[in-house]
Amino acid sequence: MSGLEKVLMKGNDAMAEGAIRGGCDAYFGYPITPQSEMLEYMARRLPALGKVFVQAESEIAGISMVYGAAAVGARAMTSSSGPGISLMQETISTLAAAELPAVIVNVMRAGPGVGGILPAQADYFQATRGGGHGDHHSLVLAPWSVQEAMDLTSLAFDLADKYRNPCMVLADGLLGQAMEPVVLEDREVAAPAKDWILTGAAQGERKVITTLRLDPEELEALNRRLEAKYAGLTPQEVRYSTHLVDDAEYLLVGYGTCGRVARSAVDELRAAGFRVGLMRPISLFPFPYEPIRALASQLRAVLVVEMSAGQLLQDVELAVQNRAPVHLVNRLGGIVPGADEIVLKLRELIQ
Amino acid sequence: MTPADHPAVLTKDKTHYCPGCSHGIVERLVAEVIEELDLCSRTIGVAPIGCSILIYDHLLVDFISALHGRAPAVATGIKRMRPDLFVFTYQGDGDIAAIGTAELVHAALRGENITIVFVNNTVYGMTGGQMAPTTLPGQLTTSSPTGRDSAVAGFAVRVAELVSSQDGPAYVARTTVADPKGVMRTKRAIEKAFRAQLLGLGFSLVEVLGACPTGLGLTPVDACAWVRDSMIPHYPLGEFRVHERLAGAALGA
Repeated sequence: MSGLEKVLMKGNDAMAEGAIRGGCDAYFGYPITPQSEMLEYMARRLPALGKVFVQAESEIAGISMVYGAAAVGARAMTSSSGPGISLMQETISTLAAAELPAVIVNVMRAGPGVGGILPAQADYFQATRGGGHGDHHSLVLAPWSVQEAMDLTSLAFDLADKYRNPCMVLADGLLGQAMEPVVLEDREVAAPAKDWILTGAAQGERKVITTLRLDPEELEALNRRLEAKYAGLTPQEVRYSTHLVDDAEYLLVGYGTCGRVARSAVDELRAAGFRVGLMRPISLFPFPYEPIRALASQLRAVLVVEMSAGQLLQDVELAVQNRAPVHLVNRLGGIVPGADEIVLKLRELIQ
Repeated sequence: MTPADHPAVLTKDKTHYCPGCSHGIVERLVAEVIEELDLCSRTIGVAPIGCSILIYDHLLVDFISALHGRAPAVATGIKRMRPDLFVFTYQGDGDIAAIGTAELVHAALRGENITIVFVNNTVYGMTGGQMAPTTLPGQLTTSSPTGRDSAVAGFAVRVAELVSSQDGPAYVARTTVADPKGVMRTKRAIEKAFRAQLLGLGFSLVEVLGACPTGLGLTPVDACAWVRDSMIPHYPLGEFRVHERLAGAALGA
């Protein structure tokens, strides 16, 4: 057997399957729209595989269980959406401080507050800036298709283990709910040896995992170590894809669902004779600043497409550094921008 | 083990606890039981937020420190992955009965096969003696300066009763370390709670009434008398849940 199988899957199911194929040992979660299918998928599949599934009493408890499981060496994960991810932030900060691996999937819905249940990208700052207290970051991966959602969720476990750091898959409600054909590829799971885990002092040498550091010199040393770890993610963990950028005078930048809509806009504008290209960040932390900067000098304008109020825009401006004007086209509240809106905005800019 | 012996898993360094604090006694009892049950090389402790966060400096087994109130959920994650290890949390009253009530109750409801050693001294010690969920009605604290007025500040929670009224627990007891007899009973209760986990019977909890002389503004001797005279009437001692496979030896008179 080739190991390749093509099936029709919903994004949430695909991310759950991607987690299993990525070596997920345990899932701890709490229902919330629009990602509850992931919890249900794990409830069906994990116990049958001899793995651990616990429906927690809250997102706070769920991520705390992930923290405990990670401390004894498990590849553990949780998933949620905006309000639930907000509740997890204290522990996400603590996972980063304790240098414990964990995978967190955020299927973004519109906020703030309870907000709505339709797709949005407004958790961008929360995901990419750390989200919790103190200086910390999660690696952040943003898929644009059901296939990529599955593959990046698998990859997230490798990255979390490699860097001993939380890794977040940042999807949105459209990707969570959409159905697309995906190729189920057999995947070699090779978790690194973990000599830092708690074993109950089985070998006699006991270990303590704590994030309390009352000595400021000691805490600063941790801060510096984390700072260096985050800086070291660039360039090797910078991921992005481009479409027709070589001769582009205008560049669309968008990730996830917006990247996909923007690609349709690019093709439409190209057909009309405009030299337009697409830059789609896949890793949002680390962000592809340099690849965008490298394109900036040839551009007449950059148009950022997002389902948030100018959040991605800020990173693009940091990348472009005034080499070209940067504009924004966005929809909020759970509305996905249409290709026609992007085309219209770019035609305005061209004129 | 006699009082003259020193458990190997208990530090001989000084602790940071105040004179007369009950934590030192309870930590020693936990250390004795760990050693007597031969758990030194198969235990993971989960430390709380509060005065006893530094328990990992005193009790020399594997430890992880949890965020405030989260210890039962952290212990759940550990135990589900490593059911062969002995997993316990050590928590104070603010940690377990205010910010961590949900994690406590749901770990109990799941019958999670972990053990909780809970020290109830009616105040938040580390932050300066503020009112805790376990503060008695009328009790003076730094955040109930005229005494806890239940009309506006509510009542004192009885954790052992709260937990033992649910279906999940295998063993729930309340004891005190404010007198020597209580110390011996507490040790037996801790041992039974540990055995409940080792037998795979489910959730176990020992609530230990202790003294916080600093928080109470009393001498160590008077603080112990206060525990006997004021706390025990509100917090009756005894075993609230004993799984049939643990029945037999009672805590003793």
